[in-house]
Amino acid sequence: MSQPDLEQIAKRAVEAAQSAGAHDAEAWVEEAVTRQIRVYEQQVESLTDAGSRGIGLRVFLDGRSGYAYGTDLSDAGIKELASQAKESAAVADPDEFGGLPEEFGATAIDGLHSSGLADWSTERKIELAVEIERAARSHEGVSQVEDTVYADADGSVALANSRGFCSSYEASSAWAYGSVFAGEGADLMTGLGVGIGRDPAELDARAIGDEAAGRALQLVGARQPESRRCPVVLDAFVAASFVGFIGGMLSADAVQRGRSLFADREGEEIASHAVRLTDDGTDPEGPDSAPFDGEGSARRRTSLIEEGKLLTFLFDARTARKGGRETTASAERGSYRTPPSVGTANLLLEPGDADFDELVRRAGDGLYVTDVAGLHSGVNPVSGTFSVGATGRLIKGGELAGPAREMTIASDLVSMLKAVQAVGSTTRWVPFGGSVKAAPMLIGEMSISGS
Amino acid sequence: MIASELASDLLSRALARGGDLAELYVEERTGLGLTLDDRRVERPQSGREIGASIRVVQGDSTYFGHVDGLGEEDLRRVAESVSQAVSGGRREPQALSAAAEPAEAYDIRQRPEEIDSASKADILRACDEAARSAGDEVTQVTVSYVENRRRVQVFNSDGINAADDRTRVRLGAQVVARRNGTVETGHETRGGHAGFELVANQPEQVAQEAARKALTMLDAVDAPTGRMTVVVGNGFGGVLLHEAVGHGLEADAIQKRASVYAGRLGEQIAPDFLLAYDSGAEANEWGSDGIDDEGTPTQRTTIIEDGRLTSYLYDLLRARKDGVPSTGNGRRESFRHLPLPRMTNTYFANGNATPEELIEGTEHGLYAVSFGGGQVEPATGDFVFGLSEGYLIENGKVTKPVRGATLIGNGLEALQQIDGVAADLAIATGFCGKGGQRVAAGVGQPHVRIQSLTVGGTASS
Repeated sequence: MSQPDLEQIAKRAVEAAQSAGAHDAEAWVEEAVTRQIRVYEQQVESLTDAGSRGIGLRVFLDGRSGYAYGTDLSDAGIKELASQAKESAAVADPDEFGGLPEEFGATAIDGLHSSGLADWSTERKIELAVEIERAARSHEGVSQVEDTVYADADGSVALANSRGFCSSYEASSAWAYGSVFAGEGADLMTGLGVGIGRDPAELDARAIGDEAAGRALQLVGARQPESRRCPVVLDAFVAASFVGFIGGMLSADAVQRGRSLFADREGEEIASHAVRLTDDGTDPEGPDSAPFDGEGSARRRTSLIEEGKLLTFLFDARTARKGGRETTASAERGSYRTPPSVGTANLLLEPGDADFDELVRRAGDGLYVTDVAGLHSGVNPVSGTFSVGATGRLIKGGELAGPAREMTIASDLVSMLKAVQAVGSTTRWVPFGGSVKAAPMLIGEMSISGS
Repeated sequence: MIASELASDLLSRALARGGDLAELYVEERTGLGLTLDDRRVERPQSGREIGASIRVVQGDSTYFGHVDGLGEEDLRRVAESVSQAVSGGRREPQALSAAAEPAEAYDIRQRPEEIDSASKADILRACDEAARSAGDEVTQVTVSYVENRRRVQVFNSDGINAADDRTRVRLGAQVVARRNGTVETGHETRGGHAGFELVANQPEQVAQEAARKALTMLDAVDAPTGRMTVVVGNGFGGVLLHEAVGHGLEADAIQKRASVYAGRLGEQIAPDFLLAYDSGAEANEWGSDGIDDEGTPTQRTTIIEDGRLTSYLYDLLRARKDGVPSTGNGRRESFRHLPLPRMTNTYFANGNATPEELIEGTEHGLYAVSFGGGQVEPATGDFVFGLSEGYLIENGKVTKPVRGATLIGNGLEALQQIDGVAADLAIATGFCGKGGQRVAAGVGQPHVRIQSLTVGGTASS
């Protein structure tokens, strides 16, 4: 379907909701063509080619809100959807802060969609995935390339509401990863290499394969280290995981519901001066960038932490009204199945000026962490204390030394943020656990438990 | 949903250029979710999705397509598009067996969609009230109710013509308690492949249990660090078996040599008193279904018997490769996903100790009652679990609650360290993520004692 078609469907859904008795309504329609290619031992293991579409309809009635979603975009389907949404609103309690935003808009962003995606045949995409596997396998010591995946999506979104807003956009993405084993038996270690872009031309197959192999190989022979307190360097993947978690706690919704350790800390120093964090829904490279958020507010760039100081939380229309603030266009949609809720778009950890070697040198004797496990179960979201499994390498005399595993690193998020001594100078997009552009970080001290 | 004649036609089209197997999967999913947060019922959402997928398997390659809706032209287009990926001569599918209408495999006494929404909201309010009256230190309560129904049909070119009608309900509570600067949370859930009766029966108990956990943890001390004996609680404690052993038994990991359990069938991997199952056929349990998502009836599979590894968990593809029957573990999140070998309800069977005996026999250790979650690397069996409720064991007695404890170890090593199993099996509700797909998985066990395990705590040593 074309973008105008999607907009028409969204408008019809809003009208159907109003006919059903809704005072206000908002419809989100999305459509995507996706392809996923998984290769194993140079052969296609699976090839998925699919189209999907769906609609989510939010209605407001007497201060209550309801939501219904579905895959049936026919007139009859939309009529049924409208009555479902209205019916569901009846069970909700009234919310004095609920309702559509007061202002709407769309920020022009160049480069969300690449026409280059259409130029790539399936065969070339398969070859790209095969090349990732080949590159990973070419490293001595790699015992297995377990999984290699290439995927892309070409999608469109339309949003319309009863206040006259109607807009749409298209976006494309292509990403790939390789998962590699090095070593054998009990010494087997794993490594992941990833790449992301708007089309496959932006993916460097060789680099993805090399990264996966390198991450696994550096860990072969890992042993459990002794317990200690020491400086820790987090690599960009791990830094991104922590930053993503912290970003979630800067949601005004979490704050207003008493579920964030940053509540009441606006304007205060919550981190060291080395930490600068921004949420940017308009970065052309950002996987989560879009002209408008999940309820039609024009996307923007919001500085969250500057020189360690917490400047603002992230707001949607509802939390902004409740907090007497303005929206930061942070109404996020996971998909058409869920109503918008406050979340981050693309989190950017601003780079510092120390390169990786210097971070390691400054750590002196410490630990370099390349992977953490159990972050979401290991962090108390309210108090911020955490203890998570970790894998990585020891740092001795300012240089990387032997690999280490079967340990946990523990601290609390505020102490950790305050102990950031430096942020690395090279950032990269990390596409899991939200969309985060991160750099390695040097933490002054953390508690390591091993043997 | 769709008739056998159309299914036969689509399978035939899918095999236009050959293939070892063609399959059509049809699904209608409906659901309702309600949340109570900050004393208000909010975010009611209801949904209905219908669609189908077609796959053709040739050798080790699978070609897959899916579509929303069940329009005949759309379905034919998917069948033809998928068939184009294969290169060979036409094959005719086998005649389908007699048509099966989607039917409930388990007793669903009250169909959730026949209960009015107001009654569901009342349950949330009763839970909120129960949690708040558990103590003045309770500051925040979130309660959620979810129901869903999946009606599926599976047709394949080997003649399979199967159907299932699956209903699940789940009630969950999260409670935050605060005392001065200390804040703790407690969670509890109840869910099953069952009707509304499961949540309608004394729902406030779920909230009371979540509140009890949060309030108990306010008195917690920092967790100890180092190797010690760990008694793992029943029910959700079984997540340890799920993560540290179960994933390594899924046949895709085995066949890619991505599991420490590859090539070890028949080997003694655990003490000889240990018995464990994966069973998708336990009445009304969370991970149960009538058939799996490839039309194979669910079954109870013995995975460890007398301490010996007895079976892997198979879907059709991996079973065919190993020349064995599927164990009914071919599961998928929805019609938009390919089936993978997945656990259903995975649990240690009852032993003959009592939980008290296991604790009394422990001089110094940790009582791990429940976990916030966990993660494992199947290739090595290395695991990490964060405790959400735990206590010190001192001189054979459970003493202070601890916060911030993490269990880290290796599945095979931990199995060998088990030295006692109680007789109080319970199965809890989990969600298992793999390959980007999330499915309902039951995790369970009786109380189990692990002689020695690394605990990563927050206490300074």
